[in-house]
Amino acid sequence: MRLEPIANPGLGRRLGFPALALLATVVIASALAALAGANPLDTLGLVVKGAAGSKFALLETLNRATPLIFTGLAIAVAFRAKLWNIGAEAQLYAGAIVTVVLGTSALSGMGGWALPLVALAAMVAGALILLGPVMLKTRFGVDEVVTTLLFNFIMLLLVSYLLEGPMKDPMGMGWPKSAPLDKALRLPRIATGLRLHWGFALGLIAAGLVWFVQVRTTLGYEMRAVGLNSQAARFAGIPVNLVLVKTALLSGGLAALAGFSEVAGLKGHLSLDLSPGFGYTGIIVAMLALLHPLGVVITAIFVAGIFVGADSMSRAAGVPTYIADMMLATALLLMVLAIGLTKFRVVRG
Amino acid sequence: MTAQTLGAQDVVLRLNQITKRFGALTANDAISLTLHRGEVIALLGENGAGKTTLMNILFGQYTADEGSVEVFGHPLPPGNPRAALAAGLGMVHQHFTLADNLTVLENIQLGTAPLWRMALGVAAARAKLARLAADFGLEVDPDAQVGSLTVGERQRVEILKALYRDARILILDEPTAVLTPQESDALFDTLRRAVATGLSVIFISHKLHEVMALSSRVLVLRHGRLVGQVATAETDRHALAAMMVGAEVAAPAVAPMTPGPARLTLQAACTRDRGTAPGLKAVSLALRAGQITGLAGVSGNGQSALSDLISGLETLTSGRLDLPAPPPKWTPRAAVAAGIARIPEDRHKTGTIADFSLTENAILETYNQPPYSHRGLMNWAAAEAHTAKLIETYDVRCPGPSGPIRQLSGGNMQKLILGRVLELSPRIILANQPVRGLDIGAITYVHGRLLAARDAGAAVLLISEDLDEIMGLSDVIHVMSEGRLSPEFARGALSAAELGLWMAGQGFSDAA
Repeated sequence: MRLEPIANPGLGRRLGFPALALLATVVIASALAALAGANPLDTLGLVVKGAAGSKFALLETLNRATPLIFTGLAIAVAFRAKLWNIGAEAQLYAGAIVTVVLGTSALSGMGGWALPLVALAAMVAGALILLGPVMLKTRFGVDEVVTTLLFNFIMLLLVSYLLEGPMKDPMGMGWPKSAPLDKALRLPRIATGLRLHWGFALGLIAAGLVWFVQVRTTLGYEMRAVGLNSQAARFAGIPVNLVLVKTALLSGGLAALAGFSEVAGLKGHLSLDLSPGFGYTGIIVAMLALLHPLGVVITAIFVAGIFVGADSMSRAAGVPTYIADMMLATALLLMVLAIGLTKFRVVRG
Repeated sequence: MTAQTLGAQDVVLRLNQITKRFGALTANDAISLTLHRGEVIALLGENGAGKTTLMNILFGQYTADEGSVEVFGHPLPPGNPRAALAAGLGMVHQHFTLADNLTVLENIQLGTAPLWRMALGVAAARAKLARLAADFGLEVDPDAQVGSLTVGERQRVEILKALYRDARILILDEPTAVLTPQESDALFDTLRRAVATGLSVIFISHKLHEVMALSSRVLVLRHGRLVGQVATAETDRHALAAMMVGAEVAAPAVAPMTPGPARLTLQAACTRDRGTAPGLKAVSLALRAGQITGLAGVSGNGQSALSDLISGLETLTSGRLDLPAPPPKWTPRAAVAAGIARIPEDRHKTGTIADFSLTENAILETYNQPPYSHRGLMNWAAAEAHTAKLIETYDVRCPGPSGPIRQLSGGNMQKLILGRVLELSPRIILANQPVRGLDIGAITYVHGRLLAARDAGAAVLLISEDLDEIMGLSDVIHVMSEGRLSPEFARGALSAAELGLWMAGQGFSDAA
């Protein structure tokens, strides 16, 4: 058996295989639930209900999707230029640290007007975190997969140090968390009584802007050219290294907004469990969206829905919460396979 | 021993009328060949002549559109590499396929023994390897790590790998390209021994003296066709060279012109060596307005270095590059700004971005300038209108400007590249292998455009391995060998045979 590329896959092929992958995910997830001792059909219903069965569930899903939109966009932007940023987690925490530092002291007197400034400062911090690895890549050819990945651990340790030391909340009863953000610097809810903050709207705007940058701006053209064929891009005169640096700044800034939005919109303080791996899950979100910025919004909500739904299902049906991770992994693997099958045909012999 | 003295029962391999097309290009056109037991045949031809395609068909990597393959009298199923291996075919690729972190023995076992049982057969494998090494004079330490071996030793491992799998027909693709002369001699000794035991060899090369030294029969491929087949004993290097480059393509009429001032000059230009490919060695060259300068030479003798230098990709280590208005920093963008139209050697990898549309490819060098870019925003309408004009003017056959360029044939792709660079009214044109792999119609078109540009006053540098092309189009000719540049020869001053001697490195002042 071998694979033969298909020159122009038809619409049926491009939609059919992903749909098949979704179906197979459901089947496998049900089997997993059955293995854990629950009724597969019930569990499935519980997942859907838990993710979107009520206004509360739906808003919970959207809240969970918000940081994933930002990290997903960060990854999509970087991967489009073949810059393998695995460090969205570190950039997220960089944004969160800056948000807390500015939001608990320096700018707290300015009131809500300081919010855009804080967001901008968070983006700069995230961008700077990615600048080091990308400079090492363009100057010395150091693999950015390794450097950005290692930055995640450096950053977590830094946060841990800050929360045990300089940033520790004096009123925190000894818990490793920072002092709370000034009330005026919290992102307001989109509507009163609605448990959804403006971070989600900011995410939608960011996705729209990223899409605009990619298709309508000169920088977007450069980023796509470098990603698709850097050799031809360099030959044509595109400054490849400069484009990679710009891409890194944008990507790092977007990931940092996830940290900003989680602190200012949801948690109100910095703690070590601020992100349950949003930086890594962003990779899944971006890959499922085929790196399309508007697709990222959809896949972020889908992935968040699985997490929230499986969480609620595991409580109701009494199966381990790990089932959410397994469902997500299954969905990703099958989707990658499906995407492959839209482009290649399996031939016998 | 020649083919005529061998009986039909000795035929080990027979290719019948193999034809393979890639779009409009016919890579192999009804090629037939037979190989006998204990015979070495050489497959000779320029790059792009169809040698590699033919061998890929033989090995099942491609499926032929027409024709069939017979090995030891049995038909070989098409498109099945495993069947080819099982039938006794062994191939040594130009680029080795060995795992550096494994030992010689492990590399040889890899793929022949099931992975979970590899440990069981070690003693038997070691014995078989030792026997083969002794029989063929291929000494190599079975426990040495492949990563620590020299290039010549690695090639021995590749050959042993094929023999270990009981290959009775060995195919060597440009085996000496990576070897020193001494290593090449050792390889030839090995092959002679192997042939004496009844092995048959197909030897792919474009180096004439090696073909003469090793083979008993030579087959010459040109533009996908088998143009000649002679017993080595009955021919010589000059006759083979003539067959290889041919004299069939009618040269376009070139009216003599008085050359204008120099548009680009190099003085004692030197660049870095790159791997086995030499950099420039004190090259002095002047490209004059209204003149086509032809650069002949065997591939890998510094043409890429010269091309990259003029393209802005490479910088000088010493010497000078002079333009009428020298830019502060030499980059591809500076080269474009200096009025250099660059037609790259590899239009698929360097000249275009396959997944980009025709429009996106057409503005690759000018995307950051008005009207395509204004305050950081793209004006796609202007870009599309420009592309539509190029498609019209340069006769690019395509579904439209918004389809991916990947779907275009090589000729149409090249026409779009021509349009992209010629529409900028260049003062200098760098055409590196501009017609390689193109069909006759596209060749004529590209040559016509280059001549028209020259008549309009551009300085043209034409780099080609095809002597016909060089001699037909050029006003003056240089030859490159090992990074050195020959003196300038006027059109018609040298015969193809004389140019061939320069290409082989004779005549250079510091040549041995």
